[in-house]
Amino acid sequence: MPQIAVQDLSKTYRVAERRRGLIGAGRGLFSRTHRAVEALKGVSFALDRGELVGIIGPNGAGKSTLIKILCGILMPSSGHCEVDGLVPWDQRIRHVARIGVVFGQRTQLWWDLPVIDSFELLRDIYRVPEVSFRATAETLISLLRIDQLLHRPVRQLSLGQRMRCDIAAALLHSPSILFLDEPTIGLDANSKLALRDFIKHLNRHNGVTVILATHDMQDIGALAERVLIIGHGRILRDGSIAAMRADTPGQRRLVIDFSEDVGDITVEGATVLSRTGRRVAFAFDSRVTAAHTLIGRLTADHDIAELSIEEPTIEELIADFYASHGAVEA
Amino acid sequence: MRDAGTGPYRAIFAARFLMMLQYRAAALAGIATQFWFGGIMVMALSAFYTEGGGSASITRAEAITYIWLGQAFLGLLPWNVDPEIAVMMRTGNVAYERLRPVDTYFYWFARAMAWRTAATLLRAIPLLLVTSVVFDWVGLGAWSLQPPQSGTALALFLLSMVAVVLLSSALTTLLNISVVWTISGQGINVFTNSLVLILSGMVIPLPLFPDWAHLMLLLQPLAGLVDIPYRIYFAHLSGAEAIAGIALQIFWTMLFIGLGHLCMTRTMRRIQIQGG
Repeated sequence: MPQIAVQDLSKTYRVAERRRGLIGAGRGLFSRTHRAVEALKGVSFALDRGELVGIIGPNGAGKSTLIKILCGILMPSSGHCEVDGLVPWDQRIRHVARIGVVFGQRTQLWWDLPVIDSFELLRDIYRVPEVSFRATAETLISLLRIDQLLHRPVRQLSLGQRMRCDIAAALLHSPSILFLDEPTIGLDANSKLALRDFIKHLNRHNGVTVILATHDMQDIGALAERVLIIGHGRILRDGSIAAMRADTPGQRRLVIDFSEDVGDITVEGATVLSRTGRRVAFAFDSRVTAAHTLIGRLTADHDIAELSIEEPTIEELIADFYASHGAVEA
Repeated sequence: MRDAGTGPYRAIFAARFLMMLQYRAAALAGIATQFWFGGIMVMALSAFYTEGGGSASITRAEAITYIWLGQAFLGLLPWNVDPEIAVMMRTGNVAYERLRPVDTYFYWFARAMAWRTAATLLRAIPLLLVTSVVFDWVGLGAWSLQPPQSGTALALFLLSMVAVVLLSSALTTLLNISVVWTISGQGINVFTNSLVLILSGMVIPLPLFPDWAHLMLLLQPLAGLVDIPYRIYFAHLSGAEAIAGIALQIFWTMLFIGLGHLCMTRTMRRIQIQGG
């Protein structure tokens, strides 16, 4: 049985619209027009215990709405969902005791309190027994390397430090599912790598199910075996990045540094993408023209100093996918 | 649904209470303000007692005591929205409130209670000490806070003050919930401010209103914030009447807790939290 079962989930927000100008504002006092915004339109999927799934999609696609419904914060307009046998919004108190949530753009720590005080407050709020709290906190503190930060008020921490403390805070009650909404936003390269390692560790060694919503494709590439792509409130694709790469046309890029000036070079089977000095980038479809054929044709007429063949990056892959599905935010 | 045990609620109460005690500068400013306003009100009332004809239902000394008690416990009045909650609404951090495995109503109730009592504790003690003891020493005895009428009156008064704390927290929580709809809370403050000050008896002691209004004023919920405990203090309400007064406070408290809980449930079902 899946740990998370989502069936035909929809959420429509009712948004009040303001009319323009002074007269409009005056009329708005008496009658308001509302606009229905469909954030989710029939989302279904199932997730097994111990999975690490990425949720991606352009801004406004419905990622956050989906996560908030799964967390029990929002009620859907229709559809059904069960997490560990509980309906999140109906059995909220029992449900939220079993999940951990990190919103990258917010903090759940008390701004003016030292980090350790926030941890102890969370221990009491989640009714974590002292013994297990001490063990869990000790592990988290050493894994996330936050022992030096514990006695500093949260407002004095850098973003990277705060995020590590926030992740620890979300795990103090040993949840079986961890929701991460843009956990690496604004972090420097080292912090991102460290955080990814930690998330991987948590998933592999502790069997925590991780649901990761992000815009950072490196996060996805490094962590998620399975990716849900959401656009316009629907799931556009559910699978791995590798599978996606396999069934997108074999777009490759051949970058060549010629040893001489080649002018307006053209070659059969590829189009010129860019030209800077003696470096020329070609785009080709590896299923139509094999790379060695292309290189053969080019070396027949010119001397080549260096060459490289590149696959599209995850970013490019996803951007193409969004564009081809009309999922780019209006 | 309320889980067994009050651990989480006690914890948030203690945390907020201790955090509030750090705002010492605000407390000092508050004390100064309360002395100033108390002084003006006491003098104005005295002028009425000296110049006005007819008979008032409480004596001048009692009216002065009523004013000082009011200034000492001003912090308990549920006249505004908790700024912490208002910020939470604006930023969307209210999402984390719903992620706590607790009943959000009682969680906010505990938070409101800590906020009100901590703010009051810092101000009440110096104000009560100065107006009761120091005023006598420096020859301001005629303007001072009189001791409670009897030991029984004091005990009943303290009991009634506990009810004040609960009633005030229930009303504060109700105000806080309303911020979910209005986002800012500024408008509510303007409205509740004058309503609470007048109907509680904080501006003019309720016994000094015209006779025909007395019963109505006593029965309305806001009398339980100021008027009932202070009348118990100088045994204007004693014995069965005092008990009835406290029962009335508890009745309104339960009613507002029930109403607040209902509002919280409904509000949270419709809440929209936008943004990441």
